[in-house]
Amino acid sequence: MLSTNNKYVGLLYLSPALLFVAVFVFYPLVQLVMISMTSESLLGGGEFVWFDNYLLAFSDRSFWMSFWFTVRYTLIITPILMILGFLLALLTMQNRPLAQLTRGVVFLPVVIGLASSSLLWVWLFDQQVGLLNKALVDIGVLEEPMVWFNRSHLGMTAVIVSVVWKVVGFGMIIMLSGMQSISHEVVEASMIDGASYWQRVRKIILPLSARSILLATLISAIGSMLAFDQFYLMTGGAPRGQTFTSVYWIYQNSFVYFKLGYGSALSIILMVVIMAGAALQIALQRRGETA
Amino acid sequence: MTDLASPATSLATGATDARVVGGSRAVGYLVAALCLAIIALMMAPLVLSFLASLKPPAEAAAVPPQYLPRSLSIENYRTVASYQAGLWTYVANSLVVAALTIIFCLALSVPAGYALARYAIPFKEVFFLLILASMMIPYQAMLTPLYLMFSSLKLTNTHVGLAIVHTILQLPFSVYLMRNSFEAIPRELEEAAVMDGCTSMQILRRVFLPLVLPGMITVSLFAFISSWNEFIAALIFMSRETSFTVPVMLTGVSTGIFGVVDWGALQAGVIVSVIPCIGVYLLLQRYYVTGLLSGAVK
Repeated sequence: MLSTNNKYVGLLYLSPALLFVAVFVFYPLVQLVMISMTSESLLGGGEFVWFDNYLLAFSDRSFWMSFWFTVRYTLIITPILMILGFLLALLTMQNRPLAQLTRGVVFLPVVIGLASSSLLWVWLFDQQVGLLNKALVDIGVLEEPMVWFNRSHLGMTAVIVSVVWKVVGFGMIIMLSGMQSISHEVVEASMIDGASYWQRVRKIILPLSARSILLATLISAIGSMLAFDQFYLMTGGAPRGQTFTSVYWIYQNSFVYFKLGYGSALSIILMVVIMAGAALQIALQRRGETA
Repeated sequence: MTDLASPATSLATGATDARVVGGSRAVGYLVAALCLAIIALMMAPLVLSFLASLKPPAEAAAVPPQYLPRSLSIENYRTVASYQAGLWTYVANSLVVAALTIIFCLALSVPAGYALARYAIPFKEVFFLLILASMMIPYQAMLTPLYLMFSSLKLTNTHVGLAIVHTILQLPFSVYLMRNSFEAIPRELEEAAVMDGCTSMQILRRVFLPLVLPGMITVSLFAFISSWNEFIAALIFMSRETSFTVPVMLTGVSTGIFGVVDWGALQAGVIVSVIPCIGVYLLLQRYYVTGLLSGAVK
């Protein structure tokens, strides 16, 4: 099997994938770095300007506003997703029919598109025809239907509600797999020792599924830092660009204002932030492999 | 519907004892009530959207709205069906792009996974890490250079172009999954095939392919769902009215005509866009959940 001939056969099989990654990931990456140092625009032009775009980015209030808005969104939604995901995993941990059904239903929105779910929720939140507004009035939470997308914190609340509905099942499934790999003996031993349910959750289940919780947290946080669809479709950046996320602001610069050079510099800044998170995620996954 | 959760069930190794979640009957009822409430809450948006899509247009636009339709109509579906270039053009675009994404992912990841699992290749680990590393790079940040590249190659507004972007997204996961699938096959099997005089191509086709079929189904499933749902690249690369995919076309419906949104038609569009995902998931849920876990956890 290991003759020299086979060595090249192996390389031959691997080469299409390698070539693809080289042409469509690494070559564009180099291009991105180059474009970020030019004044390139979709309308033409493009001179080499060294690090002007980066300097501009650091003093661009709109960019930092969108960046901190994204960070704030991530810091708010991630704990909500993780706590709800954890509680749902606890609730549906047993393999009883009703628990399994609940699991399946909670996971269902994960497979539908974020664009579709955002457009579904825009309708539910609409001031005039929105059924969520109507339900909130009917149960007495609101006095009358309200406009959700004219103030940034309300817009963010609406987006968070819709995204929690859409992705809470993801964290649940990851944590469930962590919980279900806890050995039966450990749990039984604690029961013989007379530990109460919540003691077991705190002292056994929580620490022993810590790795899966951490992984789900990182994956969710990276996803939230790259948020675009939900804000583009639900708030449209309103009011006055206060709900632009980083990716949205990059999209806006590159493909609406055609400032490709500047947009590329912003992309690289975002990429560095994301890659730090992704590196952490991979390190965790690797540690799990060897453990 | 009970079957819906079976993939997670098959992962269960412990903690299935009824006593794990408090023993008493009252607690049991409380848990059941909680489960039912959660099911109702999670299903409500989709059910309400579906019902709204079946309202006659006037009812769907009524202020204040009613939860349930008073009469049923497929008028909203007719409206989306004839929206701009016609819904079927957009569904066809989405399907062709998704099919091409599946083909590209399989064509690249099956041989790559085979090579990584079974051949001694110089710098093998480096190559594998390079492929995985592309997963760390957010594609949202790469859209500008890809757009410029595809413009000069005349790949914007083409199915192949968008499918390439969607393949970039899925390839690391696909290669990883296929490598694991090939590694799980006992070496004795291929040794026997070598003894019988099979060439490496024959081994791949006759011995391995049937055994890695579950892996290939998982790769295809993820490629389909992520391509069908992908939004920002489709928005940027498919700018011509006839080349929109379903999510991009829905954006048009949601902005409305002269600011007046046809809410019934929008919900009909939402339903059309979620049905393939839900259908494929219900059919192949086992592959979906195991794929998700092997991609994320292992």
